[in-house]
Amino acid sequence: MSTPYAKLPAWADYGLIPLINLSVAFIVAGFVVLLVGENPFRAAVILVEGAFGKGTGIAFTLFYATTFIFTGLSVAVAAHCGLFNIGTEGQAYIAGLGIAIVCLSFDSTLPWWLTFPLAIVASALVGALWALIPAYLQAKRGSHIVITTIMFNFIAASIMVYLLVGPLKPAGSQAPQTRNFLAGAELPKLNWIIELFGAKIRSAPLNICFLLALAMAFLVWLLIWRTRLGYEMRTYGHSPKAARYAGISETRIIITAMMISGALAGMMALNPVMGDQHNVAIDFVSGAGFVGIAVALMGRLHPVGIVLAAILFGMLYQGGAELAFEMPAISRDMIVIIQGLVILFAGALEHMFRPYIQALFASFSPRSVGMEAVKGKGA
Amino acid sequence: MDIFNAIIQVLDSTIRLSVPLLLACLAGLYSERAGIFDIGLEGKMLVGAFAGAAAASVFHSAFIGLGMAILISVAFAMVHGFASITHRGNQIVSGVAINFVAAGSTIILGQAWFQQGGRTPALQPGERFEAIIWPGADAARQVPIIGPIYAELISGHSILVYFAFAMVPFTWWVLYRTRFGLRLRAVGENPAAVDTAGISVAWLRYRALMCTGILTGVAGAYLSMVQNGGFVKDMTAGKGYIALAALIFAKWKPVNAMFACLLFGFLDAASIRLQGTPLPIVGKVSVQFMQALPYILTVILLAGFIGKAIPPRAGGVPYVKER
Repeated sequence: MSTPYAKLPAWADYGLIPLINLSVAFIVAGFVVLLVGENPFRAAVILVEGAFGKGTGIAFTLFYATTFIFTGLSVAVAAHCGLFNIGTEGQAYIAGLGIAIVCLSFDSTLPWWLTFPLAIVASALVGALWALIPAYLQAKRGSHIVITTIMFNFIAASIMVYLLVGPLKPAGSQAPQTRNFLAGAELPKLNWIIELFGAKIRSAPLNICFLLALAMAFLVWLLIWRTRLGYEMRTYGHSPKAARYAGISETRIIITAMMISGALAGMMALNPVMGDQHNVAIDFVSGAGFVGIAVALMGRLHPVGIVLAAILFGMLYQGGAELAFEMPAISRDMIVIIQGLVILFAGALEHMFRPYIQALFASFSPRSVGMEAVKGKGA
Repeated sequence: MDIFNAIIQVLDSTIRLSVPLLLACLAGLYSERAGIFDIGLEGKMLVGAFAGAAAASVFHSAFIGLGMAILISVAFAMVHGFASITHRGNQIVSGVAINFVAAGSTIILGQAWFQQGGRTPALQPGERFEAIIWPGADAARQVPIIGPIYAELISGHSILVYFAFAMVPFTWWVLYRTRFGLRLRAVGENPAAVDTAGISVAWLRYRALMCTGILTGVAGAYLSMVQNGGFVKDMTAGKGYIALAALIFAKWKPVNAMFACLLFGFLDAASIRLQGTPLPIVGKVSVQFMQALPYILTVILLAGFIGKAIPPRAGGVPYVKER
């Protein structure tokens, strides 16, 4: 696929354009706030203060960000291979089953530092397996991965509801969730890191999964840009034809990419399940998989960008909760709108402003956009 | 006779439940046949449902509600067109975005305007579409077999139900018997050929999306103004995705679409009816299994085990005029 646009300097490509797209998304969101009859600037101030004003706020922001780093990386890995994994939500949800099995079996006998690695493996494995079937169908049968992963989201939801209202529910309980995990499946908190900087924290769920997420971001960077497999994935993503010509096995690359994507999605479940709620409940993913799409697009599929975008969305989630408290007309669903607008402007309308910016750059220095300087006659 | 009545009742609710699917499915058919993937059916239905119920309750008229539902839904379809046709953005991404904006804005605006926790006020008589009782339906009820079928299945639905089913032959006619339909199918298979013939690919695709917007608008209006007496947050509950599944199941053909939607509607109706009652042979079927069945069937179909679903060839690919 050829890009119909000339090259811009890297800082404009990776900094300026995403920034402009993001600003437009927020301006449109501001109009929605205005439509509701509130002051968008005051809303923005409350939002940022709620997210970063106090130590507890920062901890919550990073807790949400952890979740979004996992799902963002998941979407990005598949996207590098030219696959749109819209099934992150379902893969994370079904991974809760793997975690539940590990935690319910071992939480009374093993300490957390043994349960945690087991749970990581279980969640990644279940997530990867849930992505395997759509990947296989895409590779071997040509069924569109977007459609199959959407279907698998619903199938995952049905299975989890079935299990959580039935076999996994402790006898005598009404709530559709597993029993609460014992101390052996509770992850240590990381709040002391923020407290080092002098902030006070009243119970926030930030936990060790944050470090796992950062490690995964590094590993994804390593995989995509420093390994042969990553190179093959990117080749396939750019041009399946070229990849086939280079002797890259289509089936192998699609299945590998999707399974890594599914594994990352699955690990997301560790954060809310073992780090916060200490049980597996209905709908514990609550849309985080879809936020991953926005995060990946905003981070331009680069792990550094994804971590930053995840923190931004963590801020929106935490600040949004404060906002709903201060401005009753605005509920947390405002974030869903912002999320949609970010996906629209940073994703689908990614190239809307590019021609104008190129024209602007060209008018300053033609060479910077790869054009020959126009030489006037006799000058 | 009891079993007969039960069957009639299940079939009656099958019709009611399949109408929104059918409208959304036909909506998707117009855009996908024109080469634009649309996973934003869900979102467009949702804004349609909200706009319809909100306008109907403010202006006390069902038809103003319907008009508003169509208008807003078409507006969202045009955003999808702007992103995916004019700016050649990724059609899936744009569809996802529309679903989110729809899900969030209906709740926020509903809460800000009506203060009922995201609901719109309950619609009064005259603000929603009432059932139309066909002539002689009550008298015919006494006639065995044919009577109940006439009275329950054919008579006694709202105008939108008849509209939905009338759209099936109409869509077939448009697609296969009009110039617009021929071009629409062509632009989904080979836009370059259409362009060579001097027809604007972009304008044709925009018109296809307008059809999509109109039908999703009606589908939304049906949900909030016929099935339910007002808008409830997230009331589409995945119907847009089931419609998408039905569209694949129907292999992008209008008459097949009707049968696929009736099948999925029947599964839904049967799962409600069978809740907790054991079946012969298979025993008790869980509700979750019945709910997942449309998705499972679609995946099996997509895998190529029941025939092969071949999408329009240019689907999902933005058209670049100059090379």
